[in-house]
Amino acid sequence: MRFDQPAGTNPIDRMKVVGQPIDRIDGPLKVCGVAPYAYERHDVVPNQAYGFILGSAIAKGRIRSFDLADAKSAPGVIAIVTHENAGKLGKPKAITANLMGGPEVEHFDQAIAIVVAETFEQARAAAKLIRVDYARAQGQFDLRAAIPSAKPVSDSSGEGSASPGRIEIGDFDAAFARAPVKVDVEYTTPDESHAMMEPQATIAAWDGDELTLWTSNQMINWAVRDVSQALLIPREKVRVISPYVGGGFGSKLWIRSDVVMAALGARAAKRPVKVALTRQQVFNNTTHRPATVQRLRIAANKDGRIVAIGHESTSGDLPGGGPETATSQTRLLYAGANRMVEMKLAVLDLPEANAMRAPGEAPGMMALEAAVDELAEELGMDPVEFRVLNDTQVDPEHPERRFSERNLIGCLRQGAERFGWAKRNPKPGQVRDGRWLVGMGVAAAFRNNLTMRSGARVAVDGRGIVTISTDMTDIGTGSYTVIAQTAAEMMGVPVSQVVVRLGDSTFPVSSGSGGQWGGNSATAGVYAACAKLRDQVAAKLGFNATDVEFADGQVRSGGRSVPLTDVGEMSAEDTLTYGDLGKKQQQSTFGAHFVEAGVDALTGEIRVRRMLAVCAAGRILNPKTARSQVIGAMTMGVGATLMEEAVVDTRFGCFINHDLAEYHVPVHADIPHQEVIFLDEADPQSSPMKAKGVGELGLCGVGAAVANAVYNACGVRVREYPITVEKIIAGLPRVA
Amino acid sequence: MKSFTYERAATPAEAAAAAARTPGSRFIAGGTNLLDLMKLQIETPAHLIDVNRVGLNRIEETREGGLRIGALVRNTDLASDKRVRRDYGVLSRALLSGASGQLRNKATTAGNLLQRTRCPYFYDTTKPCNKRRPGSGCAALGGFNRNLAIMGTSEQCIATHPSDMAVAMRALDATVETVRPDGSTRTFPIAEFHRLPGDTPHIDTNLAPGELITAVTLPKPVRGYQTYRKVRDRASYAFALISVAAVIPKRGAGRLAFGGLAHKPWRVEAAERRMGDAREVAATVLAGARTTPQNAFKVPLVERTLAQVFGEAKA
Amino acid sequence: MGGALDVSRRGVIGGGAAAVAAAGIGGDEAEGQTPEPAVLMPVSMTVNGRPVSLRIDPRTSLLDALREHLKLTGSKKGCDHGQCGACTVLVGGRRINSCLSLAVMHEGDEVTTIEGLGTPEKLHPMQAAFVKHDAYQCGYCTPGQICSAVGVLREIAAGVPSHVAGDLDDRPRVSVDEMRERMSGNICRCGAYSNIIDAMTEVSRA
Repeated sequence: MRFDQPAGTNPIDRMKVVGQPIDRIDGPLKVCGVAPYAYERHDVVPNQAYGFILGSAIAKGRIRSFDLADAKSAPGVIAIVTHENAGKLGKPKAITANLMGGPEVEHFDQAIAIVVAETFEQARAAAKLIRVDYARAQGQFDLRAAIPSAKPVSDSSGEGSASPGRIEIGDFDAAFARAPVKVDVEYTTPDESHAMMEPQATIAAWDGDELTLWTSNQMINWAVRDVSQALLIPREKVRVISPYVGGGFGSKLWIRSDVVMAALGARAAKRPVKVALTRQQVFNNTTHRPATVQRLRIAANKDGRIVAIGHESTSGDLPGGGPETATSQTRLLYAGANRMVEMKLAVLDLPEANAMRAPGEAPGMMALEAAVDELAEELGMDPVEFRVLNDTQVDPEHPERRFSERNLIGCLRQGAERFGWAKRNPKPGQVRDGRWLVGMGVAAAFRNNLTMRSGARVAVDGRGIVTISTDMTDIGTGSYTVIAQTAAEMMGVPVSQVVVRLGDSTFPVSSGSGGQWGGNSATAGVYAACAKLRDQVAAKLGFNATDVEFADGQVRSGGRSVPLTDVGEMSAEDTLTYGDLGKKQQQSTFGAHFVEAGVDALTGEIRVRRMLAVCAAGRILNPKTARSQVIGAMTMGVGATLMEEAVVDTRFGCFINHDLAEYHVPVHADIPHQEVIFLDEADPQSSPMKAKGVGELGLCGVGAAVANAVYNACGVRVREYPITVEKIIAGLPRVA
Repeated sequence: MKSFTYERAATPAEAAAAAARTPGSRFIAGGTNLLDLMKLQIETPAHLIDVNRVGLNRIEETREGGLRIGALVRNTDLASDKRVRRDYGVLSRALLSGASGQLRNKATTAGNLLQRTRCPYFYDTTKPCNKRRPGSGCAALGGFNRNLAIMGTSEQCIATHPSDMAVAMRALDATVETVRPDGSTRTFPIAEFHRLPGDTPHIDTNLAPGELITAVTLPKPVRGYQTYRKVRDRASYAFALISVAAVIPKRGAGRLAFGGLAHKPWRVEAAERRMGDAREVAATVLAGARTTPQNAFKVPLVERTLAQVFGEAKA
Repeated sequence: MGGALDVSRRGVIGGGAAAVAAAGIGGDEAEGQTPEPAVLMPVSMTVNGRPVSLRIDPRTSLLDALREHLKLTGSKKGCDHGQCGACTVLVGGRRINSCLSLAVMHEGDEVTTIEGLGTPEKLHPMQAAFVKHDAYQCGYCTPGQICSAVGVLREIAAGVPSHVAGDLDDRPRVSVDEMRERMSGNICRCGAYSNIIDAMTEVSRA
């Protein structure tokens, strides 16, 4: 099915099942610990051996030689693979650093060997017996030092945010210089780790030249492609299975070293091999969100209207890598005649920088929406009113392009009302609650909507069961459930009669999970398959396809009604593809974050006290799972703002705080009750589902809302994230 | 993790004898730090002596009116003990501010004292660290040292000791009882238990090889408002940036010990005569501080935290 | 190892440390000896009410014994170092991190894992409340959260105090602050905390 006209009325609009807050259909399996994750598939293939990956101890240089003698003779060792015996490998086009290093080493903890042994304990111990002779080379690990050599680059995150190397509309410099009220501020955001709870893991099994991988991956079809390119084997010989994914946040968009090393280990051992990265390896062996240095220049007339808005951002990556597209949202969020964005990329020899939840917007909004707060204060304007005043209903760079739906103002207004924003004292440092200085902050939320072609197969079995098969993944987003709801709505059966099978490359290729496109796109693919099957069923029953209705297990048309079970076994497969609706009109999602924070007046400790997000993001397919997406993103935003930083040791070229005791993510005690409101919206431009994404929207802006609340609480503006105790107390008055 | 042999000891004497008999052996109790380190091969014992079944898991009142805490009393049980909650609130609160509920259920009194530093370079075996590998250098000195020590450091090492419990015990003037491999026993004032790094940062404590902690004794309770204030980066489940264990009487000298500053609970008795004056106390406690640009914030943070603690004591 | 490393490492460290050793990359060397095979040890315990006996490498954590030997994969490995709580199980009714405990240390112990609390057909009340409140997303931390939540409510009932206690002499009561503090050893990167507390609140009132 091709989607190139705005959606008209369709069966989804009934919203009998879609749009209902039903419990996750995979919930009972998850809460009982019987949903199988990658490393846990004792059931799929016998005789699994254990692999353990050795990472490089240097960040850049060469391996002169390995001494494997002791490791090879260690108890239980079956095989060891290094670049010397791995055979020829390719580098997948989508991946920057080789998944197996040697003899060249591109980054610290790059996989350089796998030890396969009978047990995990044996493999881990033997890996420590490998002696490596390294020739260390100088590398560049310091973003600040690399800025002078950074070059403007045009890039897309591949996840919905994109920015040119440089673009200017009007005359930014002149307008900025002339304007009466302005801010010119630098914000920095640190490197961050996805820190999903399930480290990357894979079981690899060869059957002749055919490879099956049980792994943890967001994008099954990309994984097949990348495995084929890495191992130089035909795609047809690769099967990838990933029905449950223990969190991804972008870290599992592409295969990582566990996949390649498990496959190589299994080939060498002539046995299936299972490998999981250690938590420490997640930090330096895999990808991360890169640090940014951003400069915001925003100027307004005294009436508060923006006349010039400029955003520059620099980040780093390995040679051949890409930038953090932190300037993307600044092109679309606010009006203003004179505009400039510039995005630069420096070469750094740190581990590969890549997509982490809301790449671009997450750090970009942390800077932009805090700078906007600063400008509103300069203007003496309420920050909600400032944002309302500068709203735009068209793409500011291309005023002929409207937004398909844009209700940012509604989000701000309703949020302000609900949160009690009117009680906020605009003067910082005025509100006290015991030892806490208390403040409120607001920020807009913004994230583009991406649609991706997506396929599915639907089958009815003559006994009332509808089965959906698609290689879509559920990374905690609720895919199983919203797909079941879509199929139930389309085929007129209860959700309990829908079976959803996901995450297998033998199923039709889906959108996969990323860029908050998964929910809308994958269900749209299911819609297409179901629409096709409905037509086939109608034809089989001799019904007029235009007035046929599927409801209550019946197929009805022209006064006739036939049980769906009567059609016997039938199936259909289709893929929803997209025309250029997304080009004609700008599709984005919007929201407003409101945060109340307390700052300990003496110690500078920060605690978030209340959080509210209001979202306008198309039709909400399941308010329960969508709400969870948003509160989860809000939680991640609290982490990014107040504690998360993968600290670079520029001497050794690595992230040195590489475990969860030293790299802090929020814990229960950091997070208050969170409230989410979804505004009623259906966007016929996005897909037949009229839905968009919320999973990343919830993260975009929340950090700035926290930062703005901290400022309002204590009067200290920290522009170097994360906002930690030492940065706060440096700005607080001395103890009396 | 290197392979090791394993035995279970039934009595403290048996454990000590096993240690004497087997070179390279270590005692294991809760295991919450030792196994963590063994997985990374920072600790590589050849033999483990499981002391979980040797008894030593009771809290008894002493003739002097204090409490004798068995070495194997779990952190949760110690923090929950009625007498500890009533008379040694600073200790209960210190324990409850440490680690997580799961870890406290397993971690023991002796093991808590024997935790090793959380310095990131100690934990990364690809990096120099004089504590882990004597003579290899201290990577923390010119590296990421935001949460490392400012007191009692040396050119060799700026690690902190991570225990909260020990800080409270220092304020309470606890003593540590041990049995040596030859069966003899001795006691240390807790002040003499942990070592500053000096030229031997690889030696954390003054225990002899094979010496087993059997108990920690608290003297009779001291009067005053008791609190443990831990400043950390998240609201729970984080090591201290700095912490203050305080016993503050209405009048006169109190007790103050600090965590997050040094490789031992940091206490300067001279400062305790100026209770209530945060600036004076901080200046005295921190005399001779050696800071880095990253951890210099601990100096004002100590003063500010003291101001809070003194304010609460007054209220 | 070679001299070039030496030089570069001095360059790297220079200005910081006074004492830097001469060889290698500065970290630990691989140990140059082949270890003896581990001697397998017997251990017997009760897991989810069933007696089990294993002969096991003493290095095996309780978590790996459950996951790899007993094939009870509900308990998860998120960090293997007691920093995330995904491996939480109940031993003798108390919650612990099974990753930081050796299996051989549990001779005679009664272990309850998520599989021992309930099944999809017969959910434990805490499991049912997690489903109802959508107190999870990816599901990987969930078994640990649920085991911990069951342990937490028991601890509160048993009078175990917490960091957020106002007066240490008071009996603790179920409150959102108490539950948040006590659950803080269970990290959920998907960020379901707010819903987990809702689920626990419901169970605590039942």
